[in-house]
Amino acid sequence: MEALGLLLHGFEVLLTFKTLSLMMVGLVLGIFVGVLPGLGGPNGVAILLPLTFTMDPTSAIVMLSCIYWGALFGGAITSILFNIPGEAWSVATTFDGYPMAQQGKAAEALTAAFTSSFIGSLVAVLLITFLAPGIASFALRFGPPEFFAVYLLTFCSFVGLGREEKHKTIISMSLGLLLTGIGMDTVSGQLRMTFGSDNLLRGINFLVAVIGLFGISEILLTMEERLALRGHAAAISLRVVLKVWKDLPRYWATLLRSSIIGCWLGITPGGAIAASFMGYNLAKRFSKDKASFGKGRIEGVFAPETAAHASGTAALLPMLALGIPGSGTAAILLGGLMVWGLNPGPMLFVEHKDFVWGLIASMYLGNVVGLVMVLSTVPLFAAVLRVPFAAIAPMIVVSCAVGAYAIQNAMFDIWLMLAFGVVGYVFKKISIPLAPFTLALVLGNRAEDSFRLSMIGSAGDLRVFWSNGLVGSIATLALVLLFWPLVSAGIERLRGAALKTST
Amino acid sequence: MADYDSAGGGEDAAAPPRAVASTRAVDIAACLLLLAFAALMAFDNWRSGAGWASDGPKSGYFPFYLSLLLGAASFYGLVKAALDRASAGSPFVNRDQLRRVMQVLVPTFLFCLLTQWLGLYVASFLLIAGFMRYVGGIAWWKSVLTSSLFAAAMFVTFDLAFDVIMPKGPLEALLGF
Repeated sequence: MEALGLLLHGFEVLLTFKTLSLMMVGLVLGIFVGVLPGLGGPNGVAILLPLTFTMDPTSAIVMLSCIYWGALFGGAITSILFNIPGEAWSVATTFDGYPMAQQGKAAEALTAAFTSSFIGSLVAVLLITFLAPGIASFALRFGPPEFFAVYLLTFCSFVGLGREEKHKTIISMSLGLLLTGIGMDTVSGQLRMTFGSDNLLRGINFLVAVIGLFGISEILLTMEERLALRGHAAAISLRVVLKVWKDLPRYWATLLRSSIIGCWLGITPGGAIAASFMGYNLAKRFSKDKASFGKGRIEGVFAPETAAHASGTAALLPMLALGIPGSGTAAILLGGLMVWGLNPGPMLFVEHKDFVWGLIASMYLGNVVGLVMVLSTVPLFAAVLRVPFAAIAPMIVVSCAVGAYAIQNAMFDIWLMLAFGVVGYVFKKISIPLAPFTLALVLGNRAEDSFRLSMIGSAGDLRVFWSNGLVGSIATLALVLLFWPLVSAGIERLRGAALKTST
Repeated sequence: MADYDSAGGGEDAAAPPRAVASTRAVDIAACLLLLAFAALMAFDNWRSGAGWASDGPKSGYFPFYLSLLLGAASFYGLVKAALDRASAGSPFVNRDQLRRVMQVLVPTFLFCLLTQWLGLYVASFLLIAGFMRYVGGIAWWKSVLTSSLFAAAMFVTFDLAFDVIMPKGPLEALLGF
């Protein structure tokens, strides 16, 4: 297997003292970020991104992805001990995790959560290892029209399949796309929508927007809700860990089902949140003892955690292979790639082998080290939650400001971050989804470029998007997904009619 | 003072605090703002050329139609919110919540302002110490100690260890950085 050889090479890249210590630092920071209420994967990665600007890309991505794994692990700690989901995808973990903690089985619940996170990620990483190179080499044949069709597919699936009100998704997405257009037009070099301002000349940086949208707005929301933290103490002993692990094979069906759901939803832009709920609900449906769910059943922890982590990890697959992020955090990592001067997409597998396989190897190693670390340091991180929020909130604000400033050394960006913070707060409260906004901000320019390059190639003929089987089927699929609610209603009606005629 | 930590107690038992704005009002205001923004962007892109040249779209083409799309979606949202009587009653924020949000937003604004004159490190020292003392009601010495340690740690991490240069002010100049 070629992939195995490359993976071994990846481990070689990874196994230096410097990279390993960065990995540990990343994991600790990540768990910390995941434990703090109001901060999670995307915010943590966005805020800590500037730390990596002076590193080489491989060390940088290893540290950032470890922050991400750490945050995924950390989210479970607050859900189980404090009944406060550190992340939206940990909500389903609270259903059975917190009751377990109340019954004095916090250690079991935590071990179950960490172990299933580990299994979920592992399945997804295996998928990435063997699938991503294939997809990337397939995508090497893509030209601008194919890429535009894939971007279109991503945007359309958000509108068509999202659960939010359609007009709100469209508002969020078109606003994001519009904002990316500000500044210099990359194809013609013409300035647009700058209104003569020097600061707008640079355009609106994606990361500045994300730091405001996620970091600052979360602080505002957390303050508004005034979380009262009342938690259960927990320390995990080796005996408990072994006991939970011994029972693990009994739950193989749940674990496998959740892993598959997670991988699928992670690759398509469905996201970890949907995956965790779906994993939980399916485990409940297939269980013989449905009534005991929600009262502290260990399967109720296994199912959502496995699915959430499989999905969070699998979201990196389309990012690596196609340059399309499967989740908000993946979008920020993608933003990072561009800052370090790498061009995300299939060429990455050809031009930067060290980088790609170093990253994939770090997913294996990061998850193993992370598992050991969270199991042994839970009491420490649970203590973090006893630090008053009045001390943590301003520190997060400062970290956000540092992050926003460092990207382009511009004071204007700090103000922009504040503005986006307020926008994010209001949007969340009137339920305009932020995910399409983030996606539009990171993909907007690339989508427009690929569209205009295809137009230059075809001399302005729109039929280029149906010029061959590949691009045609992607473009058609995109349109089908855009109108999915109508399409599925149509199918229902046809089926209804068919039933009527047959009876 | 000390509002933040006075969780529980009498406030929750009493009648819920008065709402400052309804979700519907904010919905409508947001849609109006988005409409205005869309109109402004549409105008600017129209001016810089939103047509279709021989080699494909001009630079204003994409943003122009996006602003039309944004305008249409916001208009739809506006009409929907205006007709929706049900959400008129649901509060966007109540008074207490708004006060707590302002307790972060106003200091953050001041922090950004101060960063321009005093540099990031001094401003963050003031923000953290002030916030801990006045919003959190934490003892003076703890607040000052925590914030100075934090500011110093930031300086060492960013300016010295990672070479990420932050805005500086008179204090850093005095110390020779």
